[in-house]
Amino acid sequence: MAALRAAGAALLRPGRGEAVARLGYHKKVVDHYENPRNVGSLDRNAKNVGTGLVGAPACGDVMKLQVEVDENGRIVDARFKTFGCGSAIASSSLATEWVKGKTVDEALKIKNTDIAKELCLPPVKLHCSMLAEDAIKAALADYKLKQDPNKEESEKKANNA
Amino acid sequence: MLLWRRLAALRAAPAPRRLSAAAPRPAPGQVPAPAPGRSGDGGGALRPLYMDVQATTPLDPRVLDSMLPYLTAYYGNPHSRTHAYGWESEAAMEKARRQVADLIGADSREIIFTSGATESNNMAIKELEAAFQPDTTLVSVMTVNNEIGVKQPIHDIGEICRAHKVFFHTDAAQAIGKIPMDVNDMKIDLMSISAHKIYGPKGVGAIYVRRRPRVRLEPLQSGGGQERGLRSGTVPTPLAVGLGAACEVAQQEMEYDHKRISQLAERLVTKIMSEVPDVVMNGDREHRYPGCINLSFAYVEGESLLMALKDVALSSGSACTSASLEPSYVLRAIGTDEDLAHSSIRFGIGRFTTEEEVDYTVQKCIQHVKRLREMSPLWEMVQDGIDLKSIKWTQH
Repeated sequence: MAALRAAGAALLRPGRGEAVARLGYHKKVVDHYENPRNVGSLDRNAKNVGTGLVGAPACGDVMKLQVEVDENGRIVDARFKTFGCGSAIASSSLATEWVKGKTVDEALKIKNTDIAKELCLPPVKLHCSMLAEDAIKAALADYKLKQDPNKEESEKKANNA
Repeated sequence: MLLWRRLAALRAAPAPRRLSAAAPRPAPGQVPAPAPGRSGDGGGALRPLYMDVQATTPLDPRVLDSMLPYLTAYYGNPHSRTHAYGWESEAAMEKARRQVADLIGADSREIIFTSGATESNNMAIKELEAAFQPDTTLVSVMTVNNEIGVKQPIHDIGEICRAHKVFFHTDAAQAIGKIPMDVNDMKIDLMSISAHKIYGPKGVGAIYVRRRPRVRLEPLQSGGGQERGLRSGTVPTPLAVGLGAACEVAQQEMEYDHKRISQLAERLVTKIMSEVPDVVMNGDREHRYPGCINLSFAYVEGESLLMALKDVALSSGSACTSASLEPSYVLRAIGTDEDLAHSSIRFGIGRFTTEEEVDYTVQKCIQHVKRLREMSPLWEMVQDGIDLKSIKWTQH
């Protein structure tokens, strides 16, 4: 009898791995605020620095993500600043952690779903991870533009013709 | 023989537990342990400071005292006409009704108990609609706004409605017991009351329905005809007693509470604004209830600040809509810039808020606003002299 009761109780008890959005902010999200990594700025005028600025204050979400790329096309440093909720801060912070050490092409493969999974974001916060993915892409696009502005121009002309 | 059995049963029964009004200590692992810095109830797990009185209030100990007999020994149905259990519960219910009426200058025959202000609001609006006459209309206005604390000119609105023979309903959930209200002075025809906003129990409220001139309502909830046929269902005596006691205590404490809360509010706002630039108070500075303070911290998003202030219980926007991503409709209505609407926090100061709690909240708030600004691209751009309104932001 007691064993049955214990089994029943065990079913009702939440598993340890479960997203605990219902109990408050997930500790992984809080960790990115309490122990910030990569908060700051790189020199946006440097040729090997790409800057992405996405979102809008009116939406309550703005992310600035910067990457410093070496001559081999590998990202050696990244910084972020975010105006947004805890999930937005954590998503952009995680993004800077993940891009470091990757090549530009590898970094472009980072998906918002991976970010959301890592941070256990609840459905209502998925758009934060999407914005972080956009921020990475925007930073890398800016970097590419700086390396070869003429190439972009001629490509645009070809597209418009 | 019978005596033996009775004695044996008594000996076998566990010793009776003393009744205690203290909340039980949470079992380890049941409640997540919050950050240190605040002593909690029961001496066990630490809990955050409570600065969210607009969402709900703790029971005033005097209210709990008044309710306990009706949660234990005096459990009769107040509508039972034939025995002492019913009579004593009815007496308690009628006493509570008088206490509510006294607080707002009404007659006790004009007070109907409900499950809360939400039900009262529905009754006022839907039931009046059901009793619609071709020339009947209704004005419904909140007395004190729960998000920004602004007081509406109820007196003036009442005058106008009376002059135009239009019914005037007000949701006074955040107002009664905090600011003086008189239904005759203010020419109010219908009023919604909530117990848990004034240190009473959750699950009960009332609706005031004017008798002279008569306001006719069609009942929505039918059944045994209780509460003058307007709201069938057994009135929950302990809860009604709690609401009554809360009203009486509020009447006694109103002046003192108002003075003390005003001082604490002044302290909070002055300290924050003197230390942190670019802070905006939302809502009229003058015509407000002091215990509800809504501040926007430019360049810092509200929810991130709430997360940072983890050992203070606060709110950003109305509790009712906390699951939505929309910024507060109230802030939008008063013309607040959208980015400032996303940066707002509501501070609730109540009867039991201490100066120490306010100082701690202020200190943490200043600390984390500064820190979040260091992390904010908007703050950085403003420091560099960029006009944020000139930027073309990306759509998402």
